Amino acid sequence: MARAVSPRRKIAFTLLAWSVALLLFFPILYTLITSIKTEGEAISGFNLIPSFTLENYVEVQTQRDYWKPFSNSVILSLLSTLVALVIAVPAAWAMAFSPTPRTKDILMWMLSTKMMPAVAVLVPIYLLFRDWGLLDTRTGLTFMLTMINLPIVVWMLYTYFREIPGEILEAARMDGAGLWGEIVHVLTPMALPGIASTMLLNIILAWNESFWTIRLTTTNAAPLTAFIASFSSPQGLFWAKLSAASTLAIAPILIMGWFSQKQLVRGLTFGAVK
Amino acid sequence: MSTSHSRGLSRLMMAPSVGLLLIWMIVPLAMTLWFSFQNYNLLNPANVGFAGLFNYRFFYTDPAFFQSLWNTLAIVGGVLLITVVGGIAIALLIDQEIFGQGIVRIMIISPFFVMPPVAALVWKNMIMHPSYGVLADMARGLGLQPVDWFAQYPLLSIVIIVAWQWLPFATLILLTALQSLDGEQKEAAEMDGAGIVSRFIYLVLPHLARAITVVILIQTIFLLGVYAEILVTTNGGPGYASTNLAFLIYRTALLGYDVGGASAGGIIAVILANIVAFFLMRAVGKNLDR
Repeated sequence: MARAVSPRRKIAFTLLAWSVALLLFFPILYTLITSIKTEGEAISGFNLIPSFTLENYVEVQTQRDYWKPFSNSVILSLLSTLVALVIAVPAAWAMAFSPTPRTKDILMWMLSTKMMPAVAVLVPIYLLFRDWGLLDTRTGLTFMLTMINLPIVVWMLYTYFREIPGEILEAARMDGAGLWGEIVHVLTPMALPGIASTMLLNIILAWNESFWTIRLTTTNAAPLTAFIASFSSPQGLFWAKLSAASTLAIAPILIMGWFSQKQLVRGLTFGAVK
Repeated sequence: MSTSHSRGLSRLMMAPSVGLLLIWMIVPLAMTLWFSFQNYNLLNPANVGFAGLFNYRFFYTDPAFFQSLWNTLAIVGGVLLITVVGGIAIALLIDQEIFGQGIVRIMIISPFFVMPPVAALVWKNMIMHPSYGVLADMARGLGLQPVDWFAQYPLLSIVIIVAWQWLPFATLILLTALQSLDGEQKEAAEMDGAGIVSRFIYLVLPHLARAITVVILIQTIFLLGVYAEILVTTNGGPGYASTNLAFLIYRTALLGYDVGGASAGGIIAVILANIVAFFLMRAVGKNLDR
């Protein structure tokens, strides 16, 4: 903005913005603080100064068998993202570089599959998974997460690929680059940022998916979503530990999320808002 | 570029995505439709037969159905109201020149990345708990009786938690749209003597219209299926007070073992979602033409 903002106005807005931000961030901050309290402190009233104990983190890892759901979350979100990319990259590429009159219809149809409510297919999916022995397996859940996010992946890649100018391909061809040279030297460097962004958003979505991950698993394949949800019934006296488990569950994705603000807007609005 | 050779190749490249999604869409949906006309209970799998419209009538006459339908609408409507109005306000606020804008932005968008079970449990145990929660502490500090949120206002509690999760999404999208507003246009309006209110109504709001539409439609798709938040907080209760359609279907299917009834509910959910999807597709499709 060219216009100078009066310092008083800036300070007023700063104070207001920080208050709002701290208010919204408070539940996360308080979880972090509670995770380094003792169990006694955690239920003894509002207190922002913990005794900085790491006991809960140690306990969560030893007693509660935390690493299994954690590694399940990592494996499921990475694997489903990779599979989705392998399937989606060629499709998005074809649609971006050799569009036909039907390309738009295909894209819209793909998007429409995303509108199907999960509960509507809960019964058949559950029964099929049961009959095929896929309940509580990583294979089954990876497949589910891949299918759920495939439309978003195709769409996001398509909006990125569409921005790569077609002339560059032709220029490379004129310079005598073979198909392989074209792919390695021209296309890959130009497509990588888009693929990386898509990957990032998809990992976040897969990590936080909380319908199928809870319903289709019990112990073996249960990721963090199911693990944390299993703490819903017992009350009290374990909040510090629950906070430690929660902090560990959200930290990696929170940090990734901070770096993906732009991609998030683009990916979740299907390119409608840039 | 569209020689017949490359067209064949591009079809081949699209085939896996299209094929998988086609199967993914048709098979389970066809099964749901089929089951919805069947008398099929998992506890009595030998006795499966054609039921006609019985399941639909059963679902329709179940008092829980209308309650859950109303709850679904209340959750969607309540969350949309909070997130759109709040999102516009916060987006306008952090679009101003302030100190530490980056950190403010990071704090505001953070709730969106918290997985639903964690979000719900944090609110349930540490914020809204009637004896140990922060809100109860505050109430006692003020000499008031602490509120037992999930017993007294179960639906409102769910709305608050879900709105907390989606407010960052609305804010982020509206902020992105706001930042694409032409600075010169704003200055011109200001110089023409347009006050802050008329600038907002005649310049900012029309510019945001498209982003607001997108926020409403996309959130509605997700909000129709709110599930984990209900599961870990109220489990749908007390009674059916916080059961939405998604939760009712889950309950019918996996707790009541009633495949037919749940499938009929599923078809109703599909119809509901399709009404919304129709408008969303039009909004997105329009953008594709530009």
